[in-house]
Parts: sequence; C-alpha cells; structure tokens
Amino acid sequence: MTEESLSQPRPPVAPSLAHPIPLWVLLGVFAALMVLTFITVAATWVNLGDWNLWIAMGIATVKAALVALYFMHLRYDSPFNALLLVSALVFVALFLGLTMLDTHEYQPQVINRPPAGSEAPR
Amino acid sequence: MTDHDPNLAHHFDTPAQQYAAGKLGVWVFLVSEILFFSALFCAYAVYRANHPAIFFDGHLFLDSELGAINTCILLLSSLTMAWAVHAAQLGQQRTLVACIGVTIVCAVVFLGIKTVEYSQKWEHGLVPGADFTPDMHYVQEKLDHHGHGAETSEELNARLLNLRTFFGIYFLMTGLHAFHVIAGVGVLVWLFVRAWKGAYGAHYFNPVDFVGLYWHLVDLIWIYLFPLLYLIH
Repeated sequence: MTEESLSQPRPPVAPSLAHPIPLWVLLGVFAALMVLTFITVAATWVNLGDWNLWIAMGIATVKAALVALYFMHLRYDSPFNALLLVSALVFVALFLGLTMLDTHEYQPQVINRPPAGSEAPR
Repeated sequence: MTDHDPNLAHHFDTPAQQYAAGKLGVWVFLVSEILFFSALFCAYAVYRANHPAIFFDGHLFLDSELGAINTCILLLSSLTMAWAVHAAQLGQQRTLVACIGVTIVCAVVFLGIKTVEYSQKWEHGLVPGADFTPDMHYVQEKLDHHGHGAETSEELNARLLNLRTFFGIYFLMTGLHAFHVIAGVGVLVWLFVRAWKGAYGAHYFNPVDFVGLYWHLVDLIWIYLFPLLYLIH
C-alpha cells in the first residue's frame, strides 16, 4: 500500500495519510486561546455599552477560528470541509438575521393599543 | 498481491478515500449540530434584544469565575484531544492514551463544575419550567450584592416576573451542551479502550481524528455560550 501511494502525488494528504500538526503549533494555539479568554473577561471590566457584546463575540470568533483552523485541521484540509463550515455559518447568520428583523416588530403588550378607529391609521 | 488493509472497509477503494470520506461525513454531522444549536442561539438573541434588563439581572446569578474556569478546562481538553490525534498519527502509543485520558478527566471536571452550578440554582428554586419558584431573599441578596438591588418589592416582583425566561434559556442551552459533553465522554471512553489495545497508529488513526472533530465542536459551542450567558454587562 505504501509503495503504491509514494509513486503518485496525492492531494492533499501525504502518502501515509498523516499530516500531524507540529506540537509547538498546538501549544501556541492553546496559549493564544487562554490569552483571548483572559481578554474576554477583562473586557467586561470596562464599560463600553453595546460594544461589549460585539467585542466579546469578536474575540469568541477569533478563538473559534483558531480552534477550527488548527485543532480541527481545516487549514490543511481539503477546502470543501472549510466550505461546509462556512456555509453552515452563513445559514445561521440568515436564520438569526432575518428573525432579528422581525424582532423590531415585537410588541410586549397588545392591551395598550387604543381601540380600532379611535385614532388615525398607522 | 497486495495485502488487504484490515482497517480498509470494503466499500472504499483506498485508505485515502476512506479517510477523506470519513472526514467529510463528520463535518456534515458537525454542520447539523451547529444548526441544531443555532435555534437556541436565535431564541437567546430574540429574548435578549427584547428584554436586555432581564438578561442583565439573570447573569448576576451566574458565577463568571466558574464559567471562566470551565472555559479554560474545555480549551485544555481541546489541546489534549488535538495532541492525541498528533500522537496517533506519529504512532506515539503512550502519549495517545495519556492525552485521551486527560481529555476525559477535563470533561468530567467540566461536568462536575456544572453540577455545582446547577445545584446552587436548584437550592434557591431557580429551576427551569413551571417549578420556577425563586427564593426572594436570595434574589434580592444577589441583586444587592452586585449593586443592583430593587428599591421596592413591586420592583423586585416586576424584575422577577420574566427572570424565568432567562433561566429557561440558560438551562436549555447549557443543558443541551452538557448533554453533548456527556455523550462525548462516552465516545471518548470507547476511544480510550481501543487506543489502549493498540488499535491506532500511523497506519490508522481515523476514529481519533473524527472524535477529535466532534470534541472541538463541543468546545466551540462553549466558547460562544460563555460570553453570551456569563459576561453580560
């Protein structure tokens, strides 16, 4: 099996199929993840209003990207796997985005509306 | 005559095809898991957008320190899982077994901390669903402790009214996540036993890789859950 594979180039996996990520890369990514976790917590000590949420989400996305690219090997994999992940995220964005558009129409109480006809139409 | 690789299933032509197909299959499964959780994230987004004050109150009951520790534990478990894949691919048998073992330990510690958190809630009546009967003294104490106490008991009741929604979302999201951790522990134990018996090495490491992908997804979901639930300001 090994002799056959060595004679032909194979994208993207090596003849032995293994592409081990170097240990220093794994440890480096872990260190970066811990630092980013600390920054996420530290960011809550500063009050930036609405921005706090988006900063936290931004940092979480950077962490997620590190996990996906390195721990999950997407950086070295067939691009189709990465495409699957990205398209899942696109659909999640569509899901949440379109639902949130509706959110602006949300009325916490209907009872407060004046009786129909007593006011000019909306 | 070529040997038939004992790890090569008959419906695949080559080990490379088997590995690529297996990986693709796991990624499709992960996509379904992401969409599965996205429904709960959507519920979170809608309720938080409409009731930011309730979410602010709600997070005062959650222990951010325990949440942060749990985040670090899961990140460590992701490292050891990725290390296990690395070890399997290089035929490092002892490292492989040790790494899977540490991953399991981290997962169990995570579940232990979640149990502590849940039992703290249970004690004070902050349970999901119809039995939500919070202990008023505890609630006022918690709000006061963070400098956001209610001035009057009317205010306290008003703030309490929809707190149940926050806790419903909290228990559902962390509960579903914890369920995935438990399932992951089960699979990891299976993987541990197989690795111990020497089933994996440079010639065959697919299951270690695929279980690893699932485990990283569990970590990814927590990476988002932690700031959304515990760090609301």
